[in-house]
Amino acid sequence: MNALPQEMQRYEASQTEWDRVAASKEFKDLMATKKIFIVPAFVFFIVYYFALPILVGYAPAFMSTKVIGNVNLAYLFALSQFFMAWTIAWLYVKAAGDFDKLAKDIIEKAENRKGA
Amino acid sequence: MSTPLVMFVGFIAITLGITYWASKRSSGSSAFFAAGRRITAWQNGIAVAGDYMSAASFLGIAGIIAFQGYDGFLFSVGWLVAYLTVLLVIAEPLRNAGKYTMADVLAYRLRPRPVRAMASLSTLTVSTFYMIAQMVGAGALVTLLLKDSGISYQTAVIGVGVLMIVYVVFGGMLATTWVQIIKAILLIAGTVLLSILVLAHFHFSFAAFFDAVGHVTYHDKGQVVVKDFLQPGLRYKPPYGPLDLISLGMALILGTAGLPHILVRFYTVPDAKTARHSVVWAMVLIGSFYIMTTFLGFGAATIVGRDFISTHGGTNMSAPLLAQSLAGDVFFAFISAIAFATILAVVAGLTISASTSFAHDFWTNVIHKGVERKAGEEVMVARISAFVVGAIAIFIAILLGPTANVAFLVALAFAVAASANLPVIVLSIFWRRFNTAGAVTGLATGLVASIGLILVSPSLMAVDPPTVVGAARHLIQAKAWFPLENPGILSIPLGFLGAFVGTMLSHEPTSQHKFNELLVRSNTGLGAERAGAA
Repeated sequence: MNALPQEMQRYEASQTEWDRVAASKEFKDLMATKKIFIVPAFVFFIVYYFALPILVGYAPAFMSTKVIGNVNLAYLFALSQFFMAWTIAWLYVKAAGDFDKLAKDIIEKAENRKGA
Repeated sequence: MSTPLVMFVGFIAITLGITYWASKRSSGSSAFFAAGRRITAWQNGIAVAGDYMSAASFLGIAGIIAFQGYDGFLFSVGWLVAYLTVLLVIAEPLRNAGKYTMADVLAYRLRPRPVRAMASLSTLTVSTFYMIAQMVGAGALVTLLLKDSGISYQTAVIGVGVLMIVYVVFGGMLATTWVQIIKAILLIAGTVLLSILVLAHFHFSFAAFFDAVGHVTYHDKGQVVVKDFLQPGLRYKPPYGPLDLISLGMALILGTAGLPHILVRFYTVPDAKTARHSVVWAMVLIGSFYIMTTFLGFGAATIVGRDFISTHGGTNMSAPLLAQSLAGDVFFAFISAIAFATILAVVAGLTISASTSFAHDFWTNVIHKGVERKAGEEVMVARISAFVVGAIAIFIAILLGPTANVAFLVALAFAVAASANLPVIVLSIFWRRFNTAGAVTGLATGLVASIGLILVSPSLMAVDPPTVVGAARHLIQAKAWFPLENPGILSIPLGFLGAFVGTMLSHEPTSQHKFNELLVRSNTGLGAERAGAA
């Protein structure tokens, strides 16, 4: 019972309609496309990130190896985390363009069926 | 009036102007709770960054790096990388399927009342603890920064509290967002200036800078010590240090995506694509900021020195003292005003997320079964609860006093977010079998485990020498039962386990049937809340 008109336009559908969309080829394609990017990206960043506290915590002598002048491996590895995060974010935004296209198709079809 | 006071008053005047402007815009729930969903990607990115870059990061990290070198930088790394979890897993599904709070997503396929009641409890816990930490810090800091003006700790805490209540009650999410944006821009400008001044001090030679960082000299127990501040392990020492570091990492990486005041920001944008772009904006700003914190911290260690900082206000004053020694009193005033603005904006952000959750989840949906009895009731309840939350935070902050050991409250907020909120959000989006019992036991286990483990951790349990008195003494005078300051490594798996066991012990067919609806909505944005009048 909300007074705001834009919130009454919310898309509602029957259980069978949701099941139908979820089982459609378009939706399965979308989920598969997302998984191909997101799962490896997630696993990679978790491994890369936790390598830092583990190495710094359990191999401090090795991480103190000087690389450039006084700058050691520990500092460079920590710094590299920032560039790793930015790179994955950038790649994700590029990949997500494809997700948006697939999702748009699904939304349009669903809304047309409702005649909205 | 002293220069810092003039700058403080200037910032307050600007933000009150914004609040007045925001209050004049048309009203309604969507406007109050979500700024009409018309915030753009870059605006929201700056606001997310602003909500995140608290005084703890600006003053706290600079201080830890100034005193303990490299280990402080590890906080910065975790705080940025955490946004990959937000970006890849949480932001878009949340925007697609929810309305105002994280509980909206849970309520789709689970029984709304028990789930919302528990989610609201954990949101209020996270926000209130985090807020009390900020308020105590604010009071202590304002007293230090404005010590020439004779403003007491109590006055400072009340002042900060009243301002945040005014922003939220009168300006809602729109005013809170713009206060956050202005503060974030000021904070980044100040940090860039300070970093440039540090490098200029070393004639823009990184070699000279890092060389100085390799030989930081200070006094410890009467002895002259020379340390390489790029060397890890000055803070996290064996035997438990490394484990604590990993535990902290887990709480940061998984907790950020469960912080209510960050999550509500994704409802202020028009769609999931904008939410995504705003996370990237936030990552650029937050990342650049945290890289610069090393210049601030190492700069303070080499140019100002630990000895001087210790006798002039302690670790938290590292960045302002650095500004003073590099560019004089006016710059000190400017950096102090930024620190003040930072605290104000963050407490306002916390207040609005707490009051939104209370009004939307608890009042409307738990007590009144999802029906607003008359138009505008939800917003009115939110305004009242903002007032109450603010008053409670002021009261507790004054009660604890300026010397209270409150750093653990921030660790607690992240631990609860990671152990209670994150498991149930993730499981509800990804696990078909998940159900109401699982969500309730998951939230409860995560909440109890985090709070319980912190209670028996070295943050609250330790034997102090008799010289330590008053609020600085540990709450429980005994050897800590749990050796780590950060409970994440144990409480996060417990949160997931609680959710799993609760789910397996009960059977709820409707939750499984309705999984398809949530799956389609969260992944495509079909039927997502649209932008309206702001």
